[in-house]
Amino acid sequence: MSLKKVPLLRMVTGLLAFLLLPVSAVTVELKYMCYDTIECAAFKQLMPQFNAKYPDIKVQIDIVPYKAVRETLPVQLAAGTGPDIAAVTDPGGLSRYYLDLSPYIDVHYWQASFGDVLDWYRDKSVYGNGRFNQGVTDIGIYALQTQLTLTGAYINKTLFEQADVAIPAIGSSWSEWAKAAKTVAKKTNTYSPMALDRSGHRLMGPIISSGAKVFDGNSVALVDQGFKTFVEQFVGWFEDGSMAREVWAVGGATYKDAKREFVNGEVVLYFSGSWQVKPFDAAIRGAFDWQVIGSPCGIGGCSGMPGGNGLVGFKQTKHPAAVAKFIDFFAQENIYQQLLSLTHNIPAHKAVADEGVDYVGLSAVAAKALGSWTAEVDKISPIAFKLQGYKYNRALFDIVAKRVTQAVVGELTVQQAMQRSKADLNKALKNMN
Amino acid sequence: MVLAQLLVSVYKNEGFNMISNIMRIVEMPMLLFQKHFGVRNVAWLFLAPNLILFGVFALLPLLLNIAYSFTGGGEILLGDRTYIGTENFSVLLQCESYLDPQSCTEDLFWRAVYNTLKFVLFQVVIMVGFALTTALILNKKIIARGFFRSVFFFPVLLSPVVVALIWKWILQRNGLLNAGLDYMGFEKVLWLLEGDLAFAWSVFVSVWMHMGFYTLIILAGLQAIPKDVYEAARMDSASPFRMFHRITLPLLMPTMMVVFLLAVIKGVQTFDEVYALTGGGPGTTTTFIIQYIYETGFAGSPRLLGLAAAVSLLLALALVVLTAAQSLAKKRAT
Repeated sequence: MSLKKVPLLRMVTGLLAFLLLPVSAVTVELKYMCYDTIECAAFKQLMPQFNAKYPDIKVQIDIVPYKAVRETLPVQLAAGTGPDIAAVTDPGGLSRYYLDLSPYIDVHYWQASFGDVLDWYRDKSVYGNGRFNQGVTDIGIYALQTQLTLTGAYINKTLFEQADVAIPAIGSSWSEWAKAAKTVAKKTNTYSPMALDRSGHRLMGPIISSGAKVFDGNSVALVDQGFKTFVEQFVGWFEDGSMAREVWAVGGATYKDAKREFVNGEVVLYFSGSWQVKPFDAAIRGAFDWQVIGSPCGIGGCSGMPGGNGLVGFKQTKHPAAVAKFIDFFAQENIYQQLLSLTHNIPAHKAVADEGVDYVGLSAVAAKALGSWTAEVDKISPIAFKLQGYKYNRALFDIVAKRVTQAVVGELTVQQAMQRSKADLNKALKNMN
Repeated sequence: MVLAQLLVSVYKNEGFNMISNIMRIVEMPMLLFQKHFGVRNVAWLFLAPNLILFGVFALLPLLLNIAYSFTGGGEILLGDRTYIGTENFSVLLQCESYLDPQSCTEDLFWRAVYNTLKFVLFQVVIMVGFALTTALILNKKIIARGFFRSVFFFPVLLSPVVVALIWKWILQRNGLLNAGLDYMGFEKVLWLLEGDLAFAWSVFVSVWMHMGFYTLIILAGLQAIPKDVYEAARMDSASPFRMFHRITLPLLMPTMMVVFLLAVIKGVQTFDEVYALTGGGPGTTTTFIIQYIYETGFAGSPRLLGLAAAVSLLLALALVVLTAAQSLAKKRAT
């Protein structure tokens, strides 16, 4: 071997080593579409633990607006593109694209930990596919419920004290709460007694509590006496000034909340959901006292609508095992506990819920509020639970929001709004089935 | 060989030689093309880039739109969708009375149609009227004419969403206008939450935003009118009104036709600024056809792409008819 050839050989060997080294260090790269900034930050914070366990899996967390998850993700999935993992809020709507994690995970652990929530994500579950039990049972596991949310109400306790009005007892009806809120608003010259987020999902909790059955055997009835009772009451609140008009007097399927109004002390009772605890804690600080009252009651119970984020993998991924490893890692009790302590949400994991979450950096008021929300979980009506897993619930929610808005602004009577809701839902189901 | 010569010429900085060498490089494939396809077909070669762009970005979407309008179902990709014939069109046109949207199967479509017609009527008439008045004033020798021309044109340069957000800050419950009213001791007004008020503000904001563009066109039309015609009229003791009525308006008519045509088309297509300002509400008061298409096909659930495509097609058809009618009117006017 000549002297000239020695450095050349070294160079070639070195180059090969350089090229091959990264391949063995990072073999898989996954993309995770995340929209909830608080949750995304929590995932990023916990990633070093995941990377320590799985150094060969690199996960890129792409933070996107919620609109991208709602509008762009379905198009990407239909075209066979899109991320490997995403956080979704429409469990049934995208179910046909979900990766079944069961071949890669401890199915018994998952079933014991997440139980019935797993059914929301199943395409051919008893009610998940909209065709209602045609003898096909899907027992796959598709998602990690990273947070369980619940709709319900908050009150501005300070305004009640200033008005010297007794806070109605937990379990009071909508009428009792409305009457109290109206008195408080009048005495304290507050802008609006009540506000309810403009969303079909938010409206369905009170509707179910008013006795609506929503489902009729093997089909969705939607409109019944319970539904009509609450919508009539709801529209009436706008007519007598009990409800904040600016939240509902908008157009299209636009979602609108009244978070700003509540934080500014302009609303006595605000019906929204458990996810507001952290923002309220940060924004209100000590400006006034607030508390969770959950869902006011009716003949159908005191139920809110459950919801939250599901971490799902998609079938089109080239690395199903890595995707499952990532999701399964965050489903483990100690990691899930850490995740929830950062995101400040209600746990969907049974053992974590039983044990209680040690929420990091949360005030005593907010911690108490989260405790109240956790207690509300037991009040969820089976109808509300079933509706959350219904494959076409997004269509139902949008239709309800649109048509009830028309009744609120006087374009339709409540009766006409009911008829139109039913017709719209039939049209939607015809197009989706 | 030719390339080598070219490189040499570039190296030697021989400008003329370089150009002639480039020409020789281009000439060769052209000669080959002529030899194979004939001299007459060379034109297609030059048209090809434009035709490809037009085909990909205009013709293909149009054809896809037509295809989608005959399909139904919730699938996104055309190949997966079900052919349903003209069902989307018949659903859209199914009404007991076309004057009552509530009697139509697709009531939201008809509400959007009526809202659009009402909006176009108000917006175009007010906007063209103001644009003409402004152009007439700016055509005079007034102080700071250049400044005022810029001021009126400035909103045109802004993004529609920016315009809408600025006006939203002014008009919302705790906005600038209500702060002013409150300061003066008046009650706050919910400008964007009452149907008629929201509609009126939508028209106003749209006029404010687009007026500058039409003012500029009319101004150009005014400056094209020969000055000697006015001088002759003045010598005949014609009054300013008579000069406007008998000289300015007739000679401005071709420009005005273009302005009307553009304003109507733009008015029918109105979406972004009003959507960002009111969201189409309250209820459906300011929901126009484009918003209906957007929400039916993209924002709502389920995505009724077939229905949205059918509405797009009907809208395109209406615009073609409108354009043809106005072209005919323009021909008659000239």
